[in-house]
Order: sequence, then structure tokens, then C-alpha cells
Amino acid sequence: MNKPKFHHALKISKDICIGCTHCMTVCPTEAIRVRNGKAELTDNRCIDCGECFRVCPVNAIIIEQDDFNKIFEYKYRVALVPAVLIGQFPAEISTRQIYSVLMELGFTHVYEVEHGADILSEASNDYMQDHKETRPLISSFCPAIVRLIQVKFPALVDNIIHLKPPLDIAALYYKQQLVDQGIDEDEIGIFYITPCAAKIAAVKSPVGEKQSPINGVINMDFVYNKVYTGAKKISKDSCILPGTGRPTAESVCWSLTNGEAENIEGRTLAIDGIHNVIEFLEKLENEELKDIDFLELRACDESCAGGVLISGNRFLTTERLKNRAGQLKSEQLKEQETSGGISKYQAYLSDHLNISKVHPRSMMKLDENMTEAMKKMKRVGEIIKCLPDVDCAACGSPTCHALAEDIVQGEADINQCIFIQRMFEEKGILSTDDARGIMKQIWGDDKLKRNC
Amino acid sequence: MHFEHEIEGGNFSQAGFASSEIKKVLKQLNINIKVIKRVVVALYEAEVNIVAHAYHGKMEVDVDTDKIFMRLTDKGPGIENIEKAMEEGYSTASTEVREMGFGAGMGLSNIKKNTDELYITSKVDKGTTVEMTAYLNRE
Repeated sequence: MNKPKFHHALKISKDICIGCTHCMTVCPTEAIRVRNGKAELTDNRCIDCGECFRVCPVNAIIIEQDDFNKIFEYKYRVALVPAVLIGQFPAEISTRQIYSVLMELGFTHVYEVEHGADILSEASNDYMQDHKETRPLISSFCPAIVRLIQVKFPALVDNIIHLKPPLDIAALYYKQQLVDQGIDEDEIGIFYITPCAAKIAAVKSPVGEKQSPINGVINMDFVYNKVYTGAKKISKDSCILPGTGRPTAESVCWSLTNGEAENIEGRTLAIDGIHNVIEFLEKLENEELKDIDFLELRACDESCAGGVLISGNRFLTTERLKNRAGQLKSEQLKEQETSGGISKYQAYLSDHLNISKVHPRSMMKLDENMTEAMKKMKRVGEIIKCLPDVDCAACGSPTCHALAEDIVQGEADINQCIFIQRMFEEKGILSTDDARGIMKQIWGDDKLKRNC
Repeated sequence: MHFEHEIEGGNFSQAGFASSEIKKVLKQLNINIKVIKRVVVALYEAEVNIVAHAYHGKMEVDVDTDKIFMRLTDKGPGIENIEKAMEEGYSTASTEVREMGFGAGMGLSNIKKNTDELYITSKVDKGTTVEMTAYLNRE
């Protein structure tokens, strides 16, 4: 059987990885194992949440972006910028200056992703009306959450709203309006400045869409450094403005916690942080929670302000964006000033808003065949009784339970447990040399050759 | 395969734990997600019934390749009128229990909706047994 391939933005650099357990124990889907002294990622379990990236003590986990020079393959180079990029900088660095640096880097157009939220807000409420039989509906905004539901909560895939996130809407709009100006579509390159790995995965292997309208992804930490060094050289008065209007107060906060939920009618809840979301979805799946209309779920604490590629402090980022929203609100901008022209494309965008059905791909099952799965489960139960329940991860699996499952799936051996090794050595079943050999296979040679 | 969980009456903070454990098992056995959903909803309702009304109870689940059989037995006040208890909205739950968000009187009717077979036997002041079956491969 051909297994489907998933693009992951997260890659482990074997040269840098020191073979510790940080990433493995923090992974919410148990997608990491350590073998031969290096962390390995299981493709169909990884949801690109980036928790591993956060905890790696040596920066061995890399978020693979496109080469920046790829933008020059296009005559028209559009930077799609999420509001959190701006939020990271102190108030002294103006939006104008940030845009200017992007133009100096080589982009010909800069457009804020959040404009797409204006279209989505209304569409989401219509969608809620049209799908009254399904409650709660879950936002499709955070790609890590969509993937989490696919692999860990397959019974909830039908609760995901089949609408594109603001990013895709903004991309569709900007491309189309350039095409309408007579520009050849092949000459337009849309590049997203991403605050996280999950959005990259969403662009490279989208769920519910055949192909993403976005041509490339640039990591936000790269742009952050460029802006910091470049902004000082640009005087506040002389810099260029892209002239695409400013987003509305509501949409500026869309990517923050409660940014969506506050704009949806009915009883809504906003939950951020991947482990908080998992805890909540467990209860939701049991139908312990009732009468909720809409759920905004985000993998990162403080939502996109806490994205793994955000360099600024997430609380300060949130604060700046809220201040900006307050400012926009008080100015009471006219519609043409705020929409950046996107409202003229409402009909076009409405026709292209839907994504197709999201399919479950459960990683929980022990076997496709139920009889086999039952056999394996019995064996897992027997093996668990022998394991120490320490969850030390010295075996190369994240927990004792995970090791038991790995053994049953033929991917690990019970001798990998250091407690079992001691017992077997005592009984004379295992020699010290053999035990050493096993540890070498998991952790590599280096860790057993320390000078002490 | 046989699974068992003890359920403590009055311990609302743990209500749903046993059902969640069974849910994990069913996912690992690659059972149809629609069946899992029905079974877990029924189990959760039955579990909460024990927590809300009884002193002590037990959840037993037998998973076979063609069906899932569930039995929940408790020591408790029993049900005086089972037919009435099955009616939507009928509840004998105390005000305290209702204030906690339980006891809306939808439990048994919800169980009936989500299972293929349901048998309830009860003795007043002794306890109640709820037996439920969900057939696989029917979805």
C-alpha cells in the first residue's frame, strides 16, 4: 500500500541533534523516538505544532522555509504579512517602516493577511446558520489543530468548518486583483511571512484543498532580524506605504486568542495552548460539553502571538496589536480606507471560500484489522506489567506505554528498558556487553564513552 | 476483550474518566469512529448516572469483533419507575446535582438513542444494572 506523504516543515538536523529527550517527551502526538543517538520524526503522527522546536536545547530542529531568492523568480512579488509581525516590535518602529523594509528586501507589494478576516467573519456566521445540525463547529484557522483532530480526534473531523482561513482568502484576493489589472498569473509570486511551522505545512500540503494559492513561505524570525536592522535606516517620513488600506479593528486581532470567537454569534469559546486544546477535545468527544456553538482552538499559548517563529514577547505582541485595534477603532476609517479593496471581491471570494471534507487519519489504531488489534492490545497489556512506569525515556520511546506499543509494532525490543536490563543481567539472561550494545543502538556510542 | 473500571458515587471530578479510558481502547482497536462516538456517549451518560445517584458502581465492557457489550452495575437507591425514568426531561436528581450541570433528565433517553439494545433492571434501595449493546459493522 502506498502511504500518503505529508509535508512537514519541521526537520531534525542529525548533525546538530545531541540525542536528548526534550523534544520526545513534549510532543503531544508521541511522534518522536530516539535511535542511534538522534531524534527521529514519524511523519504520519507529526502535526507541525512546533513544541519540539521550542524545547530543543541545541536548536537541532529546523523549520524549513523557502530560499528567499525564490521571490525573484517572479516579476510581481507579494509579501503577505500577518499582523503579529508588526506586533512584535516596540511602538517606536512604525508599520510604515516595517513595510518599507519589506519593499527594500525586494517585495513589490505588501498586504496584510488580516484583510481576509473581514470576508471570513460574515461567511463564518452564514456557515453557522447553514450547519445548525453540527455543534460545536470548530474553526479551521490553526493548521496544527486541524491536523491534531485528524490524527487524535477522528470523530470530530466533521465539526471542522469547511472554510478557508484568512491567509488563503487574502492570497486569493491579491492574486486575482493583480490578474484583473492585466498581469499574467505566472508572473505573480505570493509569499507568506509565517509565524509558525504549521502554516508552512498548510501551504505545502493543504488539507481540503488541492493546491494552496501561496507560492512560498518565509520564516518570520528571518524577517524580524531584517526589520530590526533595516528600520533604523529608514526615516519615518520618507518611507513608502504599500497603499492597500488598513485592516479593521476586529480583523487586526483575528489571530490573537478570542480574535475569532468574539466575531462569531452564539456561545463561543477560545482555547489556546496545544495541551489545553487536547484536554478540551477529550471532553468534547465524550459529549460531556454541550450547547457550545463555536470553538476557536489554537495550538500556541496566546495564539499566533506565541507562534514558534515569533521573536518578540507574546504578551507584548498581543498588547501592541490590541492598542493598534483601539487606534483603528477610534479613527473610524471609511470603508475604502480599511478594506484595501477586498470587499469589492466579496462575490468572487465567496465562490472560492470552501474547502472539501477533512478526512480522519487516526494514528491511535494498533492495527487496521480489529482481530489483530485486539491481539496487539493484549500483548501491550502484558508488556506494560513488566515495565517500571517511570517514563524515563531512556529506552528511546517517550513513555513506558509508548515503548510497549513500539515493541508490539516490532519497532522496539523489551531489552531497551534499563530496568528490564538490570533484571535480565541479574538472572544471567543478558550480559553487560549485550546491554551496552543495546544502549549504544539507542543513544549512540558517545554517551557511553564519557570521561569520568 | 474485557475491561473493567470502578466508579465512585458522588465523585464528580472523576466523572467521565472510565468512559475516556474505554474510548482510548476503542480507538486503538480501529473501531468505526461513528460507533465509538455512540458508545462513548452512552457510557458517559451511564457513568454520570452512577456518580450522581449511586454510592458505588462498576463499568464492564466486552469488546468483540461484531459487538460491544457494556454493563454498569451500582449499589444505590435504584429506580422506582424505569419507564418514567426513560422519558426525556424526567429526573430525580437533587438540586445540588443539577446545579453542577448534571441531572437534566436526558441520560437514559440519550443512552437509548445511542445503543442498539438496552436492558435496565433495578431494585429500589439495592441498585441498578444497565446493559447496553452496540453492534459493529452496521454503520
